[in-house]
Amino acid sequence: MNAVTGFLERLGGRVTSAIHRLGFASRFLLLTLQNSGMSFRRFSLVVREIYFAGVLSLIIILVSGLFVGMVLGLQGYDTLVRYGSSSALGVLVALSLVRELGPVVAGLLFASRAGSAITAEIGLMKATEQLAAMEMMAVDPIARVIAPRFWAGVISMPLLAAMFSAMGVFGGYLVGVRMIGVDEGSFWSQMQDAVDFQEDILNGVIKSVVFGIAVTWIAVFEGYDAPPTAEGVSGATTRTVVTSSLTILALDFMLTAFMFRGA
Amino acid sequence: MMKRKALDLWVGVFVAIGLGALLFLALKVGDLASFSATAETYLVKANFDNIGGLKKRAPVKSAGVVVGRVEDIAFDTETFEATVAFSIDKRYEFPKDTSAKILTAGLLGEQYIGLSAGGDTTKLKNGDKLKITQSAVVLENLISQFLFNKAADGNKDSK
Repeated sequence: MNAVTGFLERLGGRVTSAIHRLGFASRFLLLTLQNSGMSFRRFSLVVREIYFAGVLSLIIILVSGLFVGMVLGLQGYDTLVRYGSSSALGVLVALSLVRELGPVVAGLLFASRAGSAITAEIGLMKATEQLAAMEMMAVDPIARVIAPRFWAGVISMPLLAAMFSAMGVFGGYLVGVRMIGVDEGSFWSQMQDAVDFQEDILNGVIKSVVFGIAVTWIAVFEGYDAPPTAEGVSGATTRTVVTSSLTILALDFMLTAFMFRGA
Repeated sequence: MMKRKALDLWVGVFVAIGLGALLFLALKVGDLASFSATAETYLVKANFDNIGGLKKRAPVKSAGVVVGRVEDIAFDTETFEATVAFSIDKRYEFPKDTSAKILTAGLLGEQYIGLSAGGDTTKLKNGDKLKITQSAVVLENLISQFLFNKAADGNKDSK
């Protein structure tokens, strides 16, 4: 009997603390949005963060995009040639990149490349009491530190996802047309026929914006919420990567279910 | 100060590449330029006995050229036929007695509407209804017809 109540107690404690944390994170997001005015008045703050979150992620995004596209080209050709429809390779590469792989893989890379860096930076700022020092000088750390990083992430993510998709299409073109020798005309024309701007490209961009918001939100919150110890910061960094990767995959399923159901 | 300028430059390059990639996706992959959503169109309706697997946004072609898109598919409760509304680009004018067929791209491809122009001198206007239509070929009906004919032939021979 005691074991059962103990188990239920622990379960209840887990659930309430999770809900509590979610509520805290939501209020934190609200506070960030309310204090975003400064980021746009002094846009150089955001520009600086776009450099760290976006520009420094450029190499990994472009190289991964190229390789994902080339692998799609090889694998797609291998399957399509069995049905004698290797000219549909362009459709396969473009649709899978624009709809799914571009936003999702770019989001995962962004979470591990930029999200973890944001969490570690903010966590360390908190551990070394820089945030407290700012408050002492009547500078709101949320407006000065959190909001610019949040907006930089939200702006960078769709751009990175678009670069990933474009690079992937180029990689698919390199392997499909240049290496294997699929007809160049049908590669592009079938792709252009099948890919719809609103249905596919715009939905992909919407996805990447949503992922950008989710990843940066999680990253800044985990950093701000991290216990001010070395252990705490490292734990928060790990949690950022794990939580935002899972969130991206879950959100992707939900968005896909809404966007591409039946139709 | 130099540092700040270099930073701005890099961010500028980053944003330019990002927007360039988006533009590439829109124009080269999505082919937005050739059939833009804002092009002026006029709406034409047609009744079909059976539309097969025709879907919204399916192309409307004439002589193999895409001239429009299917906008709406509805069921007419009075005639028990399918009413298909499709928009045609204003640049392409068709005679009033144009006929519409539902065709299939390849053996297993998606279905589209094929228009063949008639000889009338008056042109189609917005809201007009096409009189001559031909339904989609449903493979099952075709096979059953074929089998039925075979059976009928067989009966004739035995008589």
